[in-house]
Amino acid sequence: MKTQISPGRLILYSLLILMVIVYLIPVYMTIITALKFPEDINLLTSWDFPDRINWGSFSQAYDKLGPNLTNSIILTITATILSTLLGSLNGYVFSKWKFRGSETIFTLFLFGMFIPYQIILIPLFQVLRALNIYGGLPGLILAHVVYGIPITSLIFRNFYAQIPTGLIKSAQLDGAGFFRIYCRIVFPLSAPGFVVASIWQFTQIWNEFLWGICLTRHTSNPITVGLAQLAGGQAVNWNMPMAGSIMAGLPVVLVYIFLGKYFIRGLLEGAIKE
Amino acid sequence: MGFKRDQLIAVLMLLPSILLIALFVYGFIGNTVYVSMTDWGKDAALALDPVKNFVGLKNYADLFTGFLDGRFRQDLVNAVFYSFFLVAGSLAFGLFLAVLLDRNPKGERFFQTVFLYPLSLSFIVSGTIWRWLLAPDGGLNVLPVFIGLPKLEFQWLSSLETTLTFNWQYLPRLLVIMISLVVLVISLFILGKGSRKTGAGVGILGFLLLAIGIFGKDLLPTILFMEEIHGLNMATIGIIIAAVWQYSGYTMALFLAGLRGIPRDLVKAARLDGASEWQYYRRIAIPMLKPITLSAVIILSHISLKIFDLIFAMTGPDNVEAGHPSLLMYLTTFRANQFAKGASIAVVLFILAAIFIVPYIVSSYQGRKAAEL
Amino acid sequence: MKSICKRLFLVTLMTIGAIAFSFSTMAGGHLKGELEIFSWWAGDEGPALEALIDLYKKQHPGVKVINATVTGGSGINAKAVLKTRMLGGNPPDSFQVHAGQELIGTWVKAKRMEDLTPIFKEMGWMNKFPKDLINLIGTDEGIWSVPVNIHRSNVMWYVPANLKKWGVKAPKSWADFLSIAPKLKAKGVTPLALATNWTANHLWESVALGVLGPDKYDKLWTGELSFASSDAQKVWEMFGKILMHTNTDASSLSWQQATDMVVNGQAAFNIMGDWAAGYMSTTLKLKPGKDFGWAASPDTGGVFMFLADSFGLPKGVTNRDNAIAWLKVLGSREGGDAFNPLKGSISSRLDSDLGKYNAYLQSAAADFGKNRIVGSLAHGVTANEGFMNDFATVMGMFLKSRNAKQGSMAAQAIAIQNGIATK
Repeated sequence: MKTQISPGRLILYSLLILMVIVYLIPVYMTIITALKFPEDINLLTSWDFPDRINWGSFSQAYDKLGPNLTNSIILTITATILSTLLGSLNGYVFSKWKFRGSETIFTLFLFGMFIPYQIILIPLFQVLRALNIYGGLPGLILAHVVYGIPITSLIFRNFYAQIPTGLIKSAQLDGAGFFRIYCRIVFPLSAPGFVVASIWQFTQIWNEFLWGICLTRHTSNPITVGLAQLAGGQAVNWNMPMAGSIMAGLPVVLVYIFLGKYFIRGLLEGAIKE
Repeated sequence: MGFKRDQLIAVLMLLPSILLIALFVYGFIGNTVYVSMTDWGKDAALALDPVKNFVGLKNYADLFTGFLDGRFRQDLVNAVFYSFFLVAGSLAFGLFLAVLLDRNPKGERFFQTVFLYPLSLSFIVSGTIWRWLLAPDGGLNVLPVFIGLPKLEFQWLSSLETTLTFNWQYLPRLLVIMISLVVLVISLFILGKGSRKTGAGVGILGFLLLAIGIFGKDLLPTILFMEEIHGLNMATIGIIIAAVWQYSGYTMALFLAGLRGIPRDLVKAARLDGASEWQYYRRIAIPMLKPITLSAVIILSHISLKIFDLIFAMTGPDNVEAGHPSLLMYLTTFRANQFAKGASIAVVLFILAAIFIVPYIVSSYQGRKAAEL
Repeated sequence: MKSICKRLFLVTLMTIGAIAFSFSTMAGGHLKGELEIFSWWAGDEGPALEALIDLYKKQHPGVKVINATVTGGSGINAKAVLKTRMLGGNPPDSFQVHAGQELIGTWVKAKRMEDLTPIFKEMGWMNKFPKDLINLIGTDEGIWSVPVNIHRSNVMWYVPANLKKWGVKAPKSWADFLSIAPKLKAKGVTPLALATNWTANHLWESVALGVLGPDKYDKLWTGELSFASSDAQKVWEMFGKILMHTNTDASSLSWQQATDMVVNGQAAFNIMGDWAAGYMSTTLKLKPGKDFGWAASPDTGGVFMFLADSFGLPKGVTNRDNAIAWLKVLGSREGGDAFNPLKGSISSRLDSDLGKYNAYLQSAAADFGKNRIVGSLAHGVTANEGFMNDFATVMGMFLKSRNAKQGSMAAQAIAIQNGIATK
């Protein structure tokens, strides 16, 4: 026997579908515009599916953005690995090796997560210049690793809090030291923590713009800067910036779609756990 | 003892991070505050070893009362509106979506994915897309045609219209009036609690302030010698829409987690008492979301200060109407070579952020302390 | 598990080591065989730059040229990016800069440029460029950049066929313009196409030149005529009247889109530098004189408001020898004649081969020879970057308030602040 759909359910689903349309409109527009020829893009048919498909937009956009994509991949992977490892160590200390003042230090760390980055921009230049790493990816990686410390430490600290302290204590009694406990007990249990933290860092670093435009020379520009360049000039041929947007957006959207559960966990971490 | 040695190792392992944060966060903030009190700028600002003289708070005085810095004041007003609408819009939409999803529709995961994906995008990507949607010859304006209405003519990103205007000259009076209203509300609150004397006293103070604000034209200084009108620029609306589109999924996730966290017993009890769906949400569920709302407000208002990327991608850096202090800081510092002034804008921005963040962080610190006891 | 953990940390250590190593190589050695050229010639202005780079590659095939362009007309975005590069101690090998105060007041004063006098002497350039131009790019201490072109700022563009259709003529004066504007509006045509904010500055300088005349216009920059004077206030009044006849979506358009409005027949006129001629003839493939026409902007007949792009050599660049070779190509006769016909400008050299230039450029070259020459504000000739930036702010305020008195007072205040006027 089929259950009847109640009017309440009907309203619920129609509202949901309406909202889905609202949220997907920009994607639809991006895809169809990217597939059009520049001369086919005009006001009256802007919502229509293209009559003839122009895959060339993507290769054209790739010609311009290819180097930026490479830079972003190198940057994101390196900075993500470094900052999650650092965060894991910090989280381990903050949760299992508390000492006098460690809570205060942790709080001071957290503050670094919330500053508007304009406040550190001018000295950041001077320090990168002094270290002779301004302009290339190493400087950008350093910035992302340093300013990633607060959030990764927070994620791992909260994650390790779930590991029973008794486990640590008994290992200590067995004579295991700081590193052995980390390698034998804590690290093997860390996989979900690493997934949450690295997804978070991956999206943050991939999407970052201000440092990208301020700290790198042309050949080291990440994808966001490349895209802003592509779209910011002569905004007449909209198919190219739209194809570029797809290229710049796809990696993070894919990560989000396939690992959404962890993405949301990273999201809630900062807001609810405390 | 091994423990002691290990504890020492633990501190040593933390040390690099401590040093990095100390330098890159606190040291840099201190440096920027110092730079903001110098005259580093203009002609030879870009020399390898620029001359910096200490000038105290002059740059700040210029920002708020100097007649050349009207753009900063406009941007500051914009920033308030950006923050307000981003927070209010995301909360409203997020709550709406969360309540819909809390009804356990089929395909909930799909819906969640759709509402949340914009969050994973970069502001540059979403900004580029929305710029096209809102372009004068772009898609959004032509939408009404499909349902038989005339096409919209609104200039989303280049409108010069302003509403809710006020004159910056009279800002002190406006502030006094606003404070007086807050004081009056507090007095009512105290009266409600039953303490008449203090309530009445606070009430009188409130009315006094209100009177000063309204009639005290000569008592309070006018901070500019000329009229300067600021308000809600219509050119910011499009950017706000894009930002809400991007961040309402975030509040949805927060609220949904909150709604799901309500103990089942409570839900059942409400049902047994015969509460309707509407009553359940109004009386029980939504009041329980207060702490989550608070953290959402704080995190969103902090995000709204980073709207730099979105504006950059949607209008370019030179659209004064849609400007934001974070963008102005970039332009002032790097295009106009006025490092000191750029630094002081950054400090204002930082203080705005700190107003929200410091209490939040301190209370979470106290929460952790309490949890340990 | 233990071994994974160990290995991971080993890998991390190695990565850190690798990064540290790459730091040290970057700090120490010169990356041989590269040349990074920084400019804002992207998109439609790109082909001209490409022509120069091709010429360079022909002479120096071993050098890998990195064409670092930052989009945004008149360098609005590029200037900020360049500042960050210089500040970070990582200057590009050679960068585009407007000849005049933009170069002297910003970079030379900060002692960040190398003196190019030896190159000028070696190449015998001292008498190959107009004397006035060399004065503009030099100070008592040296010559600081190599000019590649001369642009004219005060040009009004239109499509002759459209004007005929609408029954109007290109106005000789702003009074003329104001009288025909309502006629155009009645036909649904925007009288004057305007684009994003810097083009308003561009329009302002043409209006100022028209209202004040060249003598008084020059006196603005020496401080002899106050921006707050009644003469200068008249500029703002006229400017305000003209703005009433421009498109309302200006701030969201690029300068090319404003030119497009004229080409498409949506607008009657556009005042823009003659790179617009380059855009129309190179990108849109229109014939100068036939598909599009031009005149001096109203009230400025017989005056040539000029600006010049030039390239300099920052101190401490990575590939100094390659950069010097680049500057030598730029200053050569072949270099100028490869670049300028595409860019829509005339060569900065006195001995260029006019046969390679189109009808518009030949007329511009002729005008440059016989007209009264004044410098452009919006493009860095007459005022330093501090003033230019503040002026953009004043313009932003004016576009909103349309208050002429306030505009002229603000302009005077920034002139004092930036050392152009003294009370």
